[in-house]
Amino acid sequence: MRIHVSMDSAAIALGAEAVLAALRSGLEERGLEAEVIRVGSRGMVWLEPLVELDRGGGRIAYGGVTPGDVPALLEGRLDSLGPTEAIPFFARQTRLTFARCGVIDPLSLSDYAAQGGLAGLRRALGMTAEAIVDEVKLSGLRGRGGAGFPTGIKWDTVRLAQGARKYIVCNADEGDSGTFADRMLMEGDPFTLIEGMVIAGLGTGAAQGYVYIRSEYPRAIAVMEQAVDLARAGGLLGPDVLGSGRGFELEIRVGAGAYVCGEETALLNSLEGRRGVVRAKPPLPALEGFLGCPTVVNNVLSLATVPVIFARGAAFYADFGLGRSRGTIPLQISGNVKHGGLFETAFGMPLGTIIEDIGGGTASGRPVRAVQIGGPLGAYFGPDKFATPFGYEEFDGAGGLIGHAGLVVFDDSVDMAAMARFAMAFCALESCGKCTPCRIGAVRGVETLDRILAGERAAVALLEDLCETMRLGSLCALGGFTPYPVLSALEGFPEDFGILPEVAE
Amino acid sequence: MEPQPAQSEIAALIARHLTREGPMLPILHALREAYGQIPGAAPALIAEALNLSRAEVHGVISFYHDFARAPQGRHLLQICRAEACQAMGAAEMAERLLTALGLDWHGTTPDGALTVAPVYCLGLCACGPAALYDGAPLARLNAARLAQLAGEARA
Repeated sequence: MRIHVSMDSAAIALGAEAVLAALRSGLEERGLEAEVIRVGSRGMVWLEPLVELDRGGGRIAYGGVTPGDVPALLEGRLDSLGPTEAIPFFARQTRLTFARCGVIDPLSLSDYAAQGGLAGLRRALGMTAEAIVDEVKLSGLRGRGGAGFPTGIKWDTVRLAQGARKYIVCNADEGDSGTFADRMLMEGDPFTLIEGMVIAGLGTGAAQGYVYIRSEYPRAIAVMEQAVDLARAGGLLGPDVLGSGRGFELEIRVGAGAYVCGEETALLNSLEGRRGVVRAKPPLPALEGFLGCPTVVNNVLSLATVPVIFARGAAFYADFGLGRSRGTIPLQISGNVKHGGLFETAFGMPLGTIIEDIGGGTASGRPVRAVQIGGPLGAYFGPDKFATPFGYEEFDGAGGLIGHAGLVVFDDSVDMAAMARFAMAFCALESCGKCTPCRIGAVRGVETLDRILAGERAAVALLEDLCETMRLGSLCALGGFTPYPVLSALEGFPEDFGILPEVAE
Repeated sequence: MEPQPAQSEIAALIARHLTREGPMLPILHALREAYGQIPGAAPALIAEALNLSRAEVHGVISFYHDFARAPQGRHLLQICRAEACQAMGAAEMAERLLTALGLDWHGTTPDGALTVAPVYCLGLCACGPAALYDGAPLARLNAARLAQLAGEARA
């Protein structure tokens, strides 16, 4: 018998360690032989702690297990959810980036290789740098951190750039509320990220990589550090990657609680040991990045998707998706939602299907009033926008953005004026201070919202004007995109601001 | 007042990271891990080792939430204030705890047992409200559970 228990932060936060302890003692008391395996999360967070039992016929899921359930579980008296992969939330997914997450022991390189890992890297080792970059271009992969810039074009810029050294920097500063895909992947399948970074090194001529992980993710940091050591010992990293004679080194770096360091130039400054202040572009980091050298800065998911593109081919990946949004996107459904978790699917699913059908509506059972898509800098959409298909251009056209694909659901008890005020206050708190529209604008934005909420209707025009200045004048997305949640709340939910919709005369 | 660590000890800790590219943050993390805060003598020593001015080192320390705060209580409760947790009632939950303890954010109970600090997203957004208690993740919290935690911390 094999027993799989998730070691994802969400499972641990919901009591997985106590369940594991009960399992071990329960097995011993009954004299049962079983192999207990720690795995990542299957992404069905509402079912955590998830325990899977394999008595030889495949993995059977038991959801929300408590230590008190363990005797019944071991004696076969606990109701199961059936085969894990037949649970509708799981069965409906297209798992490419997260194919192994929750399936394998995250810290077993042999498990990783047995489940398709390293196949992409082996193929890439037989290709020229130009062919590697072309493969990424053909896959249509776009930056999963939020900006959606074509990954292959960024790599090509670094490949063609002149520099004494080149770097691959993985942006794992996943600070957006409602997003946890990077964390889940690093905790559940860290070798995928490492493999993707090695391939990026081969494609661009870089021999050193850094993964910059936020300090709020202590589990992800610990797993990644162990994975890097194991990868080095297993020949995936070091001076002779898989016996190819090519070298790639990797180091984990830890952030220090500054949200703005998720912006790539602020991240580079932080990595260099400076204040995490945004740099003006140009120069692009691809030409003058870490320590002034050509640098690829990619999100965790972008890099972790590279191995499957090489293992199965660019065309296979590009076959999924909608319009110019190719491949799959790991949706993170969270907040006040019944079935919260990570759902990887091809681009194009309508927002309403994601929220009502996949997510099952609100956890509170009340109607959905608003969904914030793309983190604290993303717009609030009401149910009137639920027909919008999930894609970069489609969301842009509807006045929003998909960002890192986090979807935060709110029920009808939400005060949208308070959420707008929070967005401005957060911007004021986290502004790096480099540019005036963000540094001063966010503070004035909070004050102006307070005036509106005190009944000063004339301040609405002032707020709109201020948001316009922030949007057009800020150096980075923090100041530039904070107007999205603020204005979308104001426009979509004016009644919360004490403003009645204009009556046509 | 805690006794300050010896300068030689700090210098040795700094020296361990000097071969890295961009050693500043690794040094500051190591110092915080060793001493719970950045010791008062450290900025000058870091400046010396990295060939920077003390003002530059101070600038870095004061920029980051993780390094900027003064010594804290014996236990640290970091409650998520971000949107996904707010959607599950985190704001009211935190408010009740702070009121009961008579604290504001970043405050420490008079007995020095517990500091309550805000954090903006722990990646536990599908099982909010969430918090970190001495680094351990907690989810699906409510006011009663927080009150119990605070009681345990102060026991």
